[in-house]
Amino acid sequence: MSDAPAELRYTKSHEWIRDNGDGTVTVGITDHAQEALGDIVFVEIPDQGREVDADEACAVVESVKAASDIYSPLAGEVIESNALLNDSPDAINNSPYDEGWIFRLAPNDMTALAGLLDAAAYQQVVEEEA
Amino acid sequence: MGLRPPLFSEHERLGARIVPFGGWDMPLHYGSQIEEHHAVRRAAGMFDVSHMRPVDIEGPDALPFLRHLLANDAAKLTAPGKALYACMLNPQGGVVDDLILYFCGPERYRAVVNAGTAEKDIAWMHAQAEGRQVDIRSRDDLAMIAVQGPDARARVEPLLPDGLRASAMQVGPFFAAEDAHWFVGRTGYTGEDGFEIMLPSADVAALWRALVAADVRPCGLGARDTLRLEAGMNLYGQDMDETVSPLDAGLGWTIAWQPQERDFIGRDALNARRDHPDRRDFVGLLLTGRGVLRPHQSVLAGGRVVGEVTSGGFSPTLERSIAFARVEPGTAADCAVDIRGKPVSARIVKPPFVRHGRILIAL
Repeated sequence: MSDAPAELRYTKSHEWIRDNGDGTVTVGITDHAQEALGDIVFVEIPDQGREVDADEACAVVESVKAASDIYSPLAGEVIESNALLNDSPDAINNSPYDEGWIFRLAPNDMTALAGLLDAAAYQQVVEEEA
Repeated sequence: MGLRPPLFSEHERLGARIVPFGGWDMPLHYGSQIEEHHAVRRAAGMFDVSHMRPVDIEGPDALPFLRHLLANDAAKLTAPGKALYACMLNPQGGVVDDLILYFCGPERYRAVVNAGTAEKDIAWMHAQAEGRQVDIRSRDDLAMIAVQGPDARARVEPLLPDGLRASAMQVGPFFAAEDAHWFVGRTGYTGEDGFEIMLPSADVAALWRALVAADVRPCGLGARDTLRLEAGMNLYGQDMDETVSPLDAGLGWTIAWQPQERDFIGRDALNARRDHPDRRDFVGLLLTGRGVLRPHQSVLAGGRVVGEVTSGGFSPTLERSIAFARVEPGTAADCAVDIRGKPVSARIVKPPFVRHGRILIAL
């Protein structure tokens, strides 16, 4: 069973979302997602200042196997992207919830966060896929 | 669910991620595809290739049959054990399959064909053999392990049957040795030294476990694909198929034009194709910009599409993305590839990219 920390929110498309408590959230992909993708070799991160809609493809993670779109879980503005991933894309494999974060977002509506999956609901999504 | 190789439970025990391939359920990797790739370049790795199909071709007409069947000339095989890489063509010059042909002895040959095409290949061979004294026998009873890497042969040596060990260790590259049950070819699909071992299915699990104990790393189809790409070796179904001639797939070197009187299937079509304006060059690509090359991306030069990537991916040895592409003859070395709608700069290079652990192109 892959790891899905209880304090995070999740999407069905395997992004995790951390509430930073300052009106921003951090987004990455789950342990389950990185494991399914295999060794990650390239990440295309979104530009700072980009306005994104909810469910808009805004980053690409390429593994040895294939390219996968990463979707913004909420509408808002990208305020920072993880530049570490330019040189060390495998940070997502090694540390999906910490060093492997992908971008930070200032959501237009923080209350939409509550509409995302909690850890238990996400684990169920993973189990249903298996 | 696909067919399961005799080693399936070994793969499950080792935690393999299983994927469908050519009608079979095969390991993609056992954890890290990149580490498996490096193990083969630096030490020794092994692949279950039991999905590939040995086909024995025997009889008084075996040689004339093969000289008609294949675009390479089986008559080049004069020393027992010698192997030949060849394409089997249709009359239009398209590739029915690519295969390795071993010369076992007078009137006795063994071909190894791809998994996904095996049944089609065997039916094709039977159709071409009509009226000839040749016996074509599919060896579904055999399993196959490829052990590859600079340390591969030394780690296999103590595990070979006593009567076969000395002869197997003496064979040169692209030669094979056999006893009544085992067949050991010094061949492979990685660009490294090593053996491909065919043996009765009942014996394969014991050999696999002994190789694991001898520190030979199990490797999946993922590493096999990046290794063959680095080594400049084509993959059937991706780099060529029944609609693509070997001249458009970088396989012109496998066509034996001489002697001129040899009548092989596809010869007339290939002759017409040689100077055809639609013929394409088959080249290597090194991505100099950021991203990953993938099959079917467009190659761009002078502001227009001049070709298409056939195989592409991330090269663990080069730590860059590389590919094969079919492009218009005369395409400039500095070109670009369309990756998700953006042109990313690339350079045409001559494969192989890597052989025997060494990088062969300028980065």
